[in-house]
Amino acid sequence: MSEPVKVLGERRAFAPLLTVEGLQVRYGAIQALRGVSLQVGKGEMVALIGANGAGKTSTLRAVSGMLKAAAGRITLEGKDTTSLKAHQLVPRGMAHAPEGRGIFPNLTVQENLELGAYLRRDTARIEQDMEKGFTLFPVLKERRRQLAGTLSGGEQQMLAIARALLSKPQLLLLDEPSLGLAPQVTETIFRTLREVNATGVSVLLVEQNAHLALNAAHYGYVLETGEVVMAGAGKALLESAEVRRAYLGE
Amino acid sequence: MSQLLQHLINGLASGTIYALVALGYTMVYGVLKLINFAHGDVMMVGVYMGYATAFALGREAQRSLWGVVVIFAVAMGGCALLGFLIERFAYRPLREKPRLTALITAIGISFALSYGFQLDIGFLPGASPRAFPEVIVPTEWFIVGDRDVVVWNWQVISFLIAVTLMGALQFLVYRTRFGKAMRAVSWDHRTAALMGIPTDRIIALTFMLSSALAAGAGLLYAIKDTSVSPLMGLYVGLKAFVAAVIGGIGNVPGAVVGALLLGLVEEFVVGYAASTWRDAVAFGFLILVLLVKPGGLFGRVAAEKV
Repeated sequence: MSEPVKVLGERRAFAPLLTVEGLQVRYGAIQALRGVSLQVGKGEMVALIGANGAGKTSTLRAVSGMLKAAAGRITLEGKDTTSLKAHQLVPRGMAHAPEGRGIFPNLTVQENLELGAYLRRDTARIEQDMEKGFTLFPVLKERRRQLAGTLSGGEQQMLAIARALLSKPQLLLLDEPSLGLAPQVTETIFRTLREVNATGVSVLLVEQNAHLALNAAHYGYVLETGEVVMAGAGKALLESAEVRRAYLGE
Repeated sequence: MSQLLQHLINGLASGTIYALVALGYTMVYGVLKLINFAHGDVMMVGVYMGYATAFALGREAQRSLWGVVVIFAVAMGGCALLGFLIERFAYRPLREKPRLTALITAIGISFALSYGFQLDIGFLPGASPRAFPEVIVPTEWFIVGDRDVVVWNWQVISFLIAVTLMGALQFLVYRTRFGKAMRAVSWDHRTAALMGIPTDRIIALTFMLSSALAAGAGLLYAIKDTSVSPLMGLYVGLKAFVAAVIGGIGNVPGAVVGALLLGLVEEFVVGYAASTWRDAVAFGFLILVLLVKPGGLFGRVAAEKV
């Protein structure tokens, strides 16, 4: 139904974790995704770039079960998860830090983190993992008794990531972590993301800031009006003239 | 002075009952952003359940401590089930529809219950009010001076039951895993689901909890009023709704403060002006509060997200 996807560069070999095939999503009469296919391997960081309205957020939402797929198939570790709801995917290792951070401003930082571990019963390990989160983002420890709504934008993003990690995910979905943040804060967050990824957590990252995303990711997909139009190794996409023109403003 | 004290006591006694009902409005609004207009009528059904249980127990048993416990347990349990069914079959299918649809459904359920219970077929009680049995035999517990201030046993008991239930609720909402999940759902149920929280179950449990509290409150009200009628839910429900709005709907401590204020205002109007003015002043008080603080006393006026 669509033109073949242009593929650039070599993909490093990872064992498959998430596979999306021909995913379609509709909002009423509007078709947001027209058959998106992509893969994320175990331990891989994959970036999804594209303009506003290209379908990046819809893809993440469908993968995490927030949106129903109109067609297509999503598998996580070989098991079909297409029809599962968001809360059923968390115990299978999915964590989604949604667009606009999605923290609970009416709860304290501590309570937000505890909700990240909502399904876990291993209290002692949760405590350890929370400490781990505090070493990633020390500012959260200082503010653990504060209402999350009083945090700055950067701190809220850190909280969203720390909270997502507390569910002990295999796959972390991140929607625009750099949105509205100062460059230094963004840098801190991306450095931490790479650290997290290096511990074996796979990441599927949606970003408007293509430069940032493709630099950090092993592999990238370019979305345009609900379709994947290009794919390739992060560095290869960064060097491609088309990507540079369309998404890096050159 | 002693008159003032007496009015304070009476006002607090009815205010705590309003508070229990108001908490149900505010909790359901918290998780669903729905004004559950059927809430008062669920309370009324609970009172009839208590009424039927009292009769089944008989005159002796209904006045014993265990009898009262059974009456409350049946009414609160029965209402929890009713609340569950209403949520499951009336509201849940409309969850993703425009909010007005659910609101109109709530009004429909309210009328179905309050007018359905006026029918005189089968187990339905018929339109005329009935005397509620004296499950707590009225006794004067404290008398100051020459009957200047009288405190009845049912006032104290009702106050203690209401405060205990409110304390339990406070603990549940702010100190338990369920409460944390409930507060997360109340902020945004989609994000809550991303934490692995089964949002449908949390919403159902919230309905059951608020309906059970309403049944408890309804029984206390019926004991105070010594009567039960199919329309009591509309009346008490409306008052409690006003209390929840005064406190700031969606805010748990706000509902309690709003209800206590409303109880006191009504009592003072009856005591110092005329009882016919009571409802007018109650609603006037609501308008006054909303003029000064549109979100209620403890509510925040949320800026619309764009």
